[in-house]
Amino acid sequence: MADFGYTIWILILPLVTFVILGLFGMKLKGRMAGLTGTASLAVITALSYTAAISYFTGGGLVDGVYQKIIPFNSVWLNLTDQLHIDIGLLLDPISVMMLVVISTVSFMVHIYSLGYMKGEKGFERYYAFLSLFTFAMLGLVLATNLFQMYIFWELVGVSSYLLIGFYYDRPSAVAASKKAFIVTRFADMGFLVGILLLSFTTKTFDFVSLTSLDGPAITSTGGAVFLGMSLMTWSMLLIFIGGAGKSAMFPLHIWLPDAMEGPTPVSALIHAATMVVAGVYLVARLFPVYYFTAPEALHIIAWVGALSSLLAAIIATTQTDIKRVLAYSTISQIGYMIFALGVSGYGDHEGLGFMASNWHLFNHAMFKALLFLGAGSVIHAVHSNYMTDMGGLRKYLPVTNITFLIACLTIAGLPPLSGFFSKDEILTAAFHHDKILFAIEYAVAGLTAFYMFRLYFSIFHGVDRHYHHTPHESPAVMTIPLMVLAFGSVFAGFLPFSKLVTSDGVPFESHIEWSIAIPSILIGLAGIIVAWVMYKKENPIPDRLASTFRLSYKWAYNKFYFDEMYIFVTKKVIFKHISHPVAWFDRHVVDGTMNGIAWVTQSVSSMIKGFQSGQLQKYGYVFVTGAVALALLFIYIL
Amino acid sequence: MNPGIPLEFYLILASAMFFIGVYGFLTRRNLITILMSVELILNSVNINFLAFNRYLFPGKLDGHFFSLFVIAVAAAEAAVAIAIIINIYRRFTTINVEDVNSLKY
Repeated sequence: MADFGYTIWILILPLVTFVILGLFGMKLKGRMAGLTGTASLAVITALSYTAAISYFTGGGLVDGVYQKIIPFNSVWLNLTDQLHIDIGLLLDPISVMMLVVISTVSFMVHIYSLGYMKGEKGFERYYAFLSLFTFAMLGLVLATNLFQMYIFWELVGVSSYLLIGFYYDRPSAVAASKKAFIVTRFADMGFLVGILLLSFTTKTFDFVSLTSLDGPAITSTGGAVFLGMSLMTWSMLLIFIGGAGKSAMFPLHIWLPDAMEGPTPVSALIHAATMVVAGVYLVARLFPVYYFTAPEALHIIAWVGALSSLLAAIIATTQTDIKRVLAYSTISQIGYMIFALGVSGYGDHEGLGFMASNWHLFNHAMFKALLFLGAGSVIHAVHSNYMTDMGGLRKYLPVTNITFLIACLTIAGLPPLSGFFSKDEILTAAFHHDKILFAIEYAVAGLTAFYMFRLYFSIFHGVDRHYHHTPHESPAVMTIPLMVLAFGSVFAGFLPFSKLVTSDGVPFESHIEWSIAIPSILIGLAGIIVAWVMYKKENPIPDRLASTFRLSYKWAYNKFYFDEMYIFVTKKVIFKHISHPVAWFDRHVVDGTMNGIAWVTQSVSSMIKGFQSGQLQKYGYVFVTGAVALALLFIYIL
Repeated sequence: MNPGIPLEFYLILASAMFFIGVYGFLTRRNLITILMSVELILNSVNINFLAFNRYLFPGKLDGHFFSLFVIAVAAAEAAVAIAIIINIYRRFTTINVEDVNSLKY
């Protein structure tokens, strides 16, 4: 086994960079802060790739099984001999894969931001937060135990909050950052309770012992039964709620579209490629526990993923803000990954869904980051987020046009681009598991192709709009990351993923099942053609369709009124009927009691304070009178 | 001391002096008068000591010693008290106890 001791630097470097940029960033001139952050990320990326290559080329393989390697571990909080919280690094196929994903996308975003954020107020603050985020995300995937993961999970949430609210002088950005933080925090409460229940049953936080087949989690009988489900199932479901919050799964997805208020590279990094897949990673990390002890939870996960992907895809077809389209597309694609985990089995070819989910995660990170960065390039050129303000941009933005087209083709699932392979494996896994779920995901595949090409044609084709100034291609510092990510999107499909990332660590052979692949290509093509007919040239078809299906269009356009429902439930129900009475009770009864006690004490004391006059003669008078009275008492009565 | 005078006379004198002293101590507001009242109280005690010594233990001197001791203490006390009173007068230009109240409440 190779020595992986150097992987500790993958965690230390971004933290150091964050501290340096946070403390001394203001002193750095011009782009120095950005260059510092980017240089540190370059080293991290190099280390991650070194680790990945040496892990997958034999460093992690013992007897044909990928091992879980812990190159560093130390006890952080030693509460009792049994209960201690460790901080360490865990290398296994999924965490090593995530290292590659995070460092690649983060590195690209760092470079891209040098151009995109040039001259912005708070440039060094931006890079400090990016480093913080990278640190938190890397710590999350490298965590050796649930508690460490939870710590970094929250750190990720904080840095996401900070970056969404980067333009803190815009009220909408502030509102969006608060919304994202509160919704994910709400979900994390479920996560925390789940962790506590799980560790109560299994007496451990450690991933290695949780997921080992003879470990305490998988051999447990599931614990007490509550509301028809075992304690283990409940705890795993609660943990999934945390994951669903971070991954913006239905019905906790409402924060993600609003999170697009942040700078576009941040959306690419956090809200498309890395943080939002934390939920997928969490389920994948605990997958054996889900599969063996909580199959009901896994079933629910499959349905949540499928519904999220369907609803988000429908909403995406009606939105006009290009970043929001991409946000809903992200929800839809993460739904795919969650769904794939939900329909997966364990071990060998049964674990196809697991492999496909991680593969899709990998590919999605590449092409979705590419889409967002491309969108950023477009927004940079046009100074608008709305596709109604765009059209015919292919003449002005040739590089963005081609890379964006590649990303759209990839997400639509056309061979031989990477999206095709992973989507095909997901659909294959679904087909062998549940036909209804398969049908849903199959429809989503068509919808995905449609809305992506609706976006593509609206931006790059059609008629020119009246631009304030002629749009121009972005500088090389922005287009090079686009090209690198496009390269990744095209060729990631050729990675032998089933030999690298599997549910039980044993490599297996996977093949394309053409009986499923061909229909999925066809529906992708159908989606593209429909979009071509409707949006290639300006024509009345979309408006006519919208007015024909006015009601359903309106529903989808207003995102199925989820935000309104949340507002109704929180403001009209919870605030009005619970919070207000409780606040009243607190203000009047609890505070009133305390104020009353204080008032009585004060008035009594002011009444009796005259007794303590400080005049010794008065005291003496009382004393003498008392002494005489006592003397008389003793003499004449007793 | 004339043995013809019975003990009760001394005790009546002493208690009269004592209560005059207490009365003065409690009612006067002039610091010097208060000091004088305290002296009266002490002297009534001295009379008691001497009277009891004479009638109960005629051959001994314990009562005399105590009286002398009390007189010495009273002298010292008067010196200290008058020093305090003079300082109070310099500070407040009054020796009325009720006007010396700047630390009250």
